[in-house]
Amino acid sequence: MRAMVYRGPYKVRVQEKDVPAIEHPNDAIVRVSLAAICGSDLHLYHGMMPDTRVGMTFGHEFIGVVDQVGSSVQNLKPGDRVMVPFNVYCGSCYFCARGLYANCHNVNPNATAVGGIYGYSHTCGGYDGGQAEYVRVPFADVGPGLIPDWMDDEDAVLLTDALSTGYFGAQLADIREGDVVVVFGAGPVGLYAAKSAWLMGAGRVIVIDHLQYRLDKARSFAHAETYNFVEYDDIVVHLKKITEYLGADAAIDAVGAEADGNFLQHVTSAKLKLQGGSPVALNWAIDSVRKGGTVSVMGAYGPMFSAVKFGDAMNKGLTLRMNQCPVKRQWPRLFEHIRNGYLKPSDIVTHRIPLEHIAEGYHIFSAKLDNCIKPLIVPTAS
Amino acid sequence: MTYTAAKPQNAETSEQLRARIPGWGADLDPDDRPSVPRERYDPGATGAHWDFPERQPEKWPRERSPEHKFLTPVFGTACPPRGVSGAIRKYAYTYSEGRAAHWLLLIAGDRVDAIENHLTSLLTLHPDNPITQTGVLSEFTRHGVRSRLGQRRTDLKHQALDPVIVVGPWIAAGAAAYLTLRKLTRGSRRG
Repeated sequence: MRAMVYRGPYKVRVQEKDVPAIEHPNDAIVRVSLAAICGSDLHLYHGMMPDTRVGMTFGHEFIGVVDQVGSSVQNLKPGDRVMVPFNVYCGSCYFCARGLYANCHNVNPNATAVGGIYGYSHTCGGYDGGQAEYVRVPFADVGPGLIPDWMDDEDAVLLTDALSTGYFGAQLADIREGDVVVVFGAGPVGLYAAKSAWLMGAGRVIVIDHLQYRLDKARSFAHAETYNFVEYDDIVVHLKKITEYLGADAAIDAVGAEADGNFLQHVTSAKLKLQGGSPVALNWAIDSVRKGGTVSVMGAYGPMFSAVKFGDAMNKGLTLRMNQCPVKRQWPRLFEHIRNGYLKPSDIVTHRIPLEHIAEGYHIFSAKLDNCIKPLIVPTAS
Repeated sequence: MTYTAAKPQNAETSEQLRARIPGWGADLDPDDRPSVPRERYDPGATGAHWDFPERQPEKWPRERSPEHKFLTPVFGTACPPRGVSGAIRKYAYTYSEGRAAHWLLLIAGDRVDAIENHLTSLLTLHPDNPITQTGVLSEFTRHGVRSRLGQRRTDLKHQALDPVIVVGPWIAAGAAAYLTLRKLTRGSRRG
């Protein structure tokens, strides 16, 4: 089969790999029909995530058709169209039994601090991902869900991570009616978080970024008030000014490890790998939210230490809430919102790239060329 | 105003927002949201029909965190450790996730892995190609200049470092090889 393969920082190619095999009785092999590049894939692509091995296939956002099933699979059969959450999870451990599917304890021998994620380094379990023609899907009776007949493929693939994560981020922000919510980052997760904040009754939604075309999208897609932090000497002070010096009730970090806005923070993390991530957006969230407010962290950070302003968080009495999203918990409600016309996930898709050209896809997304917001990957076999 | 008890008013009321924004307030009740409460004990809801999963065969000594009691029943099998990078990685897994040594060794292993594979690829019919693998040609087909010019993007301050990260190790390795060779050559002349 053809598969994207990591060749070292900033380098990927497409090459022949063996079609994955059933390795456990509850495995399925899925023929991928559509995949995506996630913003967090760029952390792998830039060599930031420890134990990212040359030869690995990335991709944790994908949908497809079941090709084979293991001997104990009861809920799926070959030919089923499935959407696969980015979480690999067993459904039976202490954490899964409590709905914390992103924190499964039975799928990642390499680390206890993170669960299993498709195509996301050995630190996340060493599973090849879905930017390929075929992918192994463990625990086929637990993770994958059938794609409803009425749902577009592009909407379905975005439910496997980006939309679910943005919606989850808004929930962690604990939004109450009339709250002022500030979202840092107008990438896919930030756009969905901003849109979701309205569903939860926000009174004002503010989005911060430095890419004007993304802020334009935040206004049209998420009805948000936007500010380009490059235009302000100090974006935290500006946020205080526009909230009567109170600060936002809740802030959502939808940027993560490669945040811009502070050259030293960015270079020491994204380039020199001396920090787990550049916490610029997180620090702005901590500083711009009101005392007693909530900070929701959806941005992905590496496992190493980062220079986060915990002193301010403590002194302000903030609630910091975070996790990888337990995707399948979000689906029933998100299906309703999509059917009701409240959300149209594929409105943010800007690029549809053949798998064979995935190296260009990564560069376009990484360098923010061509007004790229969300690139989808179309495998050859589909 | 902030310096008194009242909360600052928003520009629009809930009624105005409901009329303007599709779905406003559909999840208004904080207790009726999919992730509330965070932990909801319901082991029957996942589709799992086992108490503990059957174990996947271990085809090589699978590296694992010492914070795990045993090898997890299911695990990824991509890219088994090999070469010098594999040795570094196996050693890294002797440290717990709480130790900086664990992560720093893994990052070092990643860099060594890249060098090993680049060098090995030169001996194959498909050597690494920095032009095609970096996708840099999309700069010409996807408006590389227009995407940056006059955009006041703050990431442009450090994007210039990216080529250094890609090409730098090769230049450093070449320089090291040259210096080593020169030293050896001089040594043999003296001898």
